[in-house]
Amino acid sequence: MEKIGVFVCWCGSNIAGSVNVERVAELARELPDVIHAENYMYMCSDPGQELIKAAIRDKGLNRVVVASCSPRMHEKTFRKAATYEGLNPFLVEIANVREQCSWVHQGDKDAATRKAFNIVKATIAKVRRNASLEEIRVPLTRRAMVVGAGITGLTAALELADAGYETVVVERDDQPGGKLRRLSKTFPYHETADAILLPRIEELKNHENITLYLGSKVTEVTGYVGNFEVKIETSQGEEAEEEIGALVVATGYDLYPVEKMSEYGGGKIANVVDSLTFEEMLKKSMESGEPVKRPSDGKPIESVMFIQCSGSRDPEHHKPYCSRVCCLYTSKQATLISEQNPGARAFVSFMDIRTDCKLTEEYSQQNTEELGIVYIRGRVSKVWDENGDVGIWTADTISDQRIEMKTDLVVLAMAVEPSKGYEEVSQLFRASTDTNGFFQESHIKLRPVESSTMGVYLAGAAQYPKDITDSVSQALATAGKIQSLFANDELTQDPLVCSVDPDLCSACGLCVPTCPYDAREVDRRAQFSRVNEALCQGCGACVAVCPNKSCGVKNDSPTQVLNQIDVLVEDESAA
Amino acid sequence: MNEFAKEISERSGQPISSCYQCGKCSAGCPAVQWFEWPNHGFIRKIQLGAKEELLKSHALWMCIACETCGTRCPNDIHISSIMDAMRSMAKAEKVASAEPSVMAFHTSFVDSVAKYGRVHEMSMLVNYKLKTRDFFTDVGVGMKLFFKGKIPLKPSRVAGKADIDKVMASSADKR
Repeated sequence: MEKIGVFVCWCGSNIAGSVNVERVAELARELPDVIHAENYMYMCSDPGQELIKAAIRDKGLNRVVVASCSPRMHEKTFRKAATYEGLNPFLVEIANVREQCSWVHQGDKDAATRKAFNIVKATIAKVRRNASLEEIRVPLTRRAMVVGAGITGLTAALELADAGYETVVVERDDQPGGKLRRLSKTFPYHETADAILLPRIEELKNHENITLYLGSKVTEVTGYVGNFEVKIETSQGEEAEEEIGALVVATGYDLYPVEKMSEYGGGKIANVVDSLTFEEMLKKSMESGEPVKRPSDGKPIESVMFIQCSGSRDPEHHKPYCSRVCCLYTSKQATLISEQNPGARAFVSFMDIRTDCKLTEEYSQQNTEELGIVYIRGRVSKVWDENGDVGIWTADTISDQRIEMKTDLVVLAMAVEPSKGYEEVSQLFRASTDTNGFFQESHIKLRPVESSTMGVYLAGAAQYPKDITDSVSQALATAGKIQSLFANDELTQDPLVCSVDPDLCSACGLCVPTCPYDAREVDRRAQFSRVNEALCQGCGACVAVCPNKSCGVKNDSPTQVLNQIDVLVEDESAA
Repeated sequence: MNEFAKEISERSGQPISSCYQCGKCSAGCPAVQWFEWPNHGFIRKIQLGAKEELLKSHALWMCIACETCGTRCPNDIHISSIMDAMRSMAKAEKVASAEPSVMAFHTSFVDSVAKYGRVHEMSMLVNYKLKTRDFFTDVGVGMKLFFKGKIPLKPSRVAGKADIDKVMASSADKR
């Protein structure tokens, strides 16, 4: 026989302010099988939890309903309290009388009290038929994979490998290093990119725990957190298979193509280049000791205009977002050209200067002061070729004047966009992207490196434009997340998943394409459709589509749902 | 947003509050040298509610609606539409135009369309000359055009004149 206990929380005045909590407890006490009902100011507090524990202990409760806030707040708290007294946690249910009642019905206490009682009654109808459940245990492969071997990917891989985990690195380029290979020096200390990158590449290539696939790409991913199986097409065109437990997407960025900026002559005028091309020009000059020369005729550059926000912050034609790294690398590039071509003049067209990392404000300010870089506040309207020189129409909104000028070179600080092929990566790993194609984190503040699929982590510019500092921080964060995952002997999962009655299932297979998590599969030999409990998220899509009513979400069976509706309808007809 | 900016936004259909003063409009404007303030300054003044100053300005009548600014604006603001809305406001509120000859041309042109359904160059020119009392400018060009048959004496007929009348009647207070 069920021995049900009901605990009504005041939540201070949050619930008690608009619901007569004493009355709800009194009414609940009258219901069949309810052998205990009480109310208290804060059920989630230690004394509140003690009331629940004591009633389980003293009266032998085998079902508990807590009428309180949303289950997202305290379901775990109350289930833990029940477990402490030896009651299976899945026999505890929350009746949400705060978000779904007291907060939305302030001012009509009688009606709110009646509704709160109905919610309690319906929850009792559900909990009666709850089964005791155990957490699902899943084995775990302690090997990791990193997709992309730029500074982000190789940092994550080295961190995991140093921690003792075998790590597979897949890079589509034929050498590791990513965009950093093309850069000259880095801000704010002007350390060369090579000094940062080359030792790390050597480490990567020689690490005993790292398997490096260059010129390769991932073609298929199956499985789930702890147990992924990945197929890789290698540079020799062969297929390799790897079993891994977790992975990092570090696919980085590309520059928005200059051809898109037709009013700036992108792709048409030889002396209009994007910022990565200019980095290569600087790097070449650094290595050769020759001044930086303009592409059209090799003349040493005496003046250059940097146009910031090229393609960024333009919701009408291009990208709506700020690309974040351009302000600082532009300041760096303007400084380096002044150093490498003494006497060269640098101009920067800007809208705002954003220096949001450590030391960067001081860095950009100092460059401007010491080298006389001229910042012109306004967007350039038009750029044209004038016998090799580049003509520019711009405005200075500080002095309110239009400016027409000529320089040897124009450098477009192009918007940062997700690297080519991100759609394919997104589909392979079931990691969703935002409206701009950047990989979507689970929570922008609290879960910034977790994707929408468990076991798939995000780092670097694939998630949003980032400088080296931030990319490395995120790479280390993903390595940390994976190490805490790998600290488990096995993985546990909520048992509130779907189950199938093999006697009712006709193996029609309708549930298979319906399932958003690839958790359903028809077992041809046994002639019914199985549920992969590790993949199932308990959404109930298969329950809705099953013509034989053979599926059900555990502790949310069709009978339980109908019983709850019956209770609510009963009250409606009585009223 | 101030009342003036709100009204101009509604009349012109332009998102005036989206302007973040990048100045790309001013950088490419072929008429900016005849404005009191560059284009972005004009928008800023609307945001600040400087109605009287704007309605009396030269800029209001010197914009040639070439749409360079609107085409390049990162926030899809078409200044020419804003100018139209403000010109009709200036006319309705009887604010004296800082550029009487532009205003005279505008009125002669619209009146001609209202009367014939399309412009009749000859009567429009006469009308304009009477308004400005400037009879000799462009006479040479005018004669050339006349002898080439580009300024016909008689107005041509237009199909759908009744529909044009309806349009003109419905916008009588706005032009």
